[in-house]
Amino acid sequence: MPEPSIAIEVQELVREFRKGPRAVDGIDISVQTGEIYGFLGPNGAGKSTTVLVLTTLLPPTSGQASVGGYDIVRQSAQVRETIGAALQEAALDSILTGREHLMLQATLQGIPSRERKARAQELLERVGLTEAADRRVGGYSGGMKRRLDLALALIHRPRILFLDEPTTGLDPQSRAALWEEVSRLARDDGITVFLTTQYLEEADALADRIGIIDRGKIVAEGTPAQLKAEIGSPSVEVAPVDEQDTGTLAELLTRFGPPKRGARGSVTVQLPGGETELAEIVRLLDQHDVHVETLQLHQPSLDDVFLAKTGRKLEGAGAE
Amino acid sequence: MTRQTSLIEQVAAVARRSATGVLRQRALIIFPMLFPLILFAINGTSLSRVTELPGFPTHSYRAFLLAFPFVQGAMFVSISTGTSLARDVESGFLNRLALTPLRSEAMLFGQLGGAFVLGCVQAIVYLLVGLATGVTFVSGVGGVLVLLTLSLTISFAFASLGGLLALRLGTGEAIQGIFPLLFVTLFLSSATLPRNVIGTAWFREVATYNPVSYMVEGLRSLVIQGWNAQALELAFGLSLALAAVSLALARPAMRSRLART
Repeated sequence: MPEPSIAIEVQELVREFRKGPRAVDGIDISVQTGEIYGFLGPNGAGKSTTVLVLTTLLPPTSGQASVGGYDIVRQSAQVRETIGAALQEAALDSILTGREHLMLQATLQGIPSRERKARAQELLERVGLTEAADRRVGGYSGGMKRRLDLALALIHRPRILFLDEPTTGLDPQSRAALWEEVSRLARDDGITVFLTTQYLEEADALADRIGIIDRGKIVAEGTPAQLKAEIGSPSVEVAPVDEQDTGTLAELLTRFGPPKRGARGSVTVQLPGGETELAEIVRLLDQHDVHVETLQLHQPSLDDVFLAKTGRKLEGAGAE
Repeated sequence: MTRQTSLIEQVAAVARRSATGVLRQRALIIFPMLFPLILFAINGTSLSRVTELPGFPTHSYRAFLLAFPFVQGAMFVSISTGTSLARDVESGFLNRLALTPLRSEAMLFGQLGGAFVLGCVQAIVYLLVGLATGVTFVSGVGGVLVLLTLSLTISFAFASLGGLLALRLGTGEAIQGIFPLLFVTLFLSSATLPRNVIGTAWFREVATYNPVSYMVEGLRSLVIQGWNAQALELAFGLSLALAAVSLALARPAMRSRLART
């Protein structure tokens, strides 16, 4: 089957649990082939349920979805052949070694026996687990388990990869290594990646497009730049050397918008014309001899986007 | 390029993993094996005079009691199989396997691979302990081989039951909780006394209807009686029936655990 241009297509997808609210409440998603799609939301937003439905591990209550051009209900076996998945918990057998995991997975995925060892070795090298390959997984760090989980998901060369919160609980170094590998998979191997995360910086750094989900509904979707642009312009915060200059500073910045006074005499103003107005501000301050201690440009963040769309900050939203 | 693996290849892969898990956890082998041996040693010494009761079928209580650790060991196998499968359910490992073309039958039978290893090790150790303590086998070398085969069949049957419980209950704790009930069936059988010698009427009645009695008696017949076709038929038949019923009920449970749309 030729590769479809749309890797994942979801329409009005609903998943209800018997005693609970709708975990997924009528979402629509369209992921292009070769794209990294970031699915961002707090704990309990419906991210993992969506992944379980799209990977055929959970039937949808209603709605339709296709993955790799195959219907997730009627052609679930073909969907599973097409995808690789690293689910939220890196479910590994602590007694087996990393290599044994890969060999087991390779056998069950139908990789011919003569190719299994080489494929396992190739993946161990790719995820940097060659030295630990023959050690029991029980002794692996969280980062090593996640990398092995990724290797297991890739064993049968899937076209589409589902990663459910792959970096949760990892140290910054392990997180950066995993980001690099995910980027490489999309860039060099053309793999479509559906990545759920609760980390704004992860979605921002990795995803070509982002869908923000909250309480089972998608509240915003677009490229990171589009989403940020949607909620407003950047702002500049200027702190004078001498706090007595605050009044002058505020007066000068009024021409860009209503100034807001902050701590230690600083003044913040929105830049409706974007960051290009920064040069004009610097010129103006120079002309009026206002000496500046700090001048900071604040771009709108995805957290601002989440706040604008849901009225809550992403951090801690899941605990509500 | 991938292809569909055969059922046998899938069973072998899962069984290898299961057996590796057992062999690498010495505690899983040693402690469940020691407990029946301790009971064998204590009861074999303290109850040796029961052979003087009228109608007791042998003069050696150790020879009479040897079947006890075999069946108790098989019950431990059920717990080990059940706990291991329940752990796969709880940890999400079963979900990982569900994303492969693994068939539910392969997962079920493969999981019994560890039970087979454990059953083999236990049976050989109990046999050697029996021989070392002076037990002689009336049925000879052929009887020893049949005893080992029957012991493995009983282990397989209890392992199937353990698998069923794991799939139905889904947690290792629940499996552990059920274990004492299995033990009760052993103590309410003819494991320590022949049915014709049990004086308490209700106990004799329960032991007569308890299938575990016939598993014990099948094993025991090879040690103290020689070739008793009826005892062997009942022991093999009931063990295979327990395995068949457990596996038949476990199959849909495994399908539902390996649920895929």
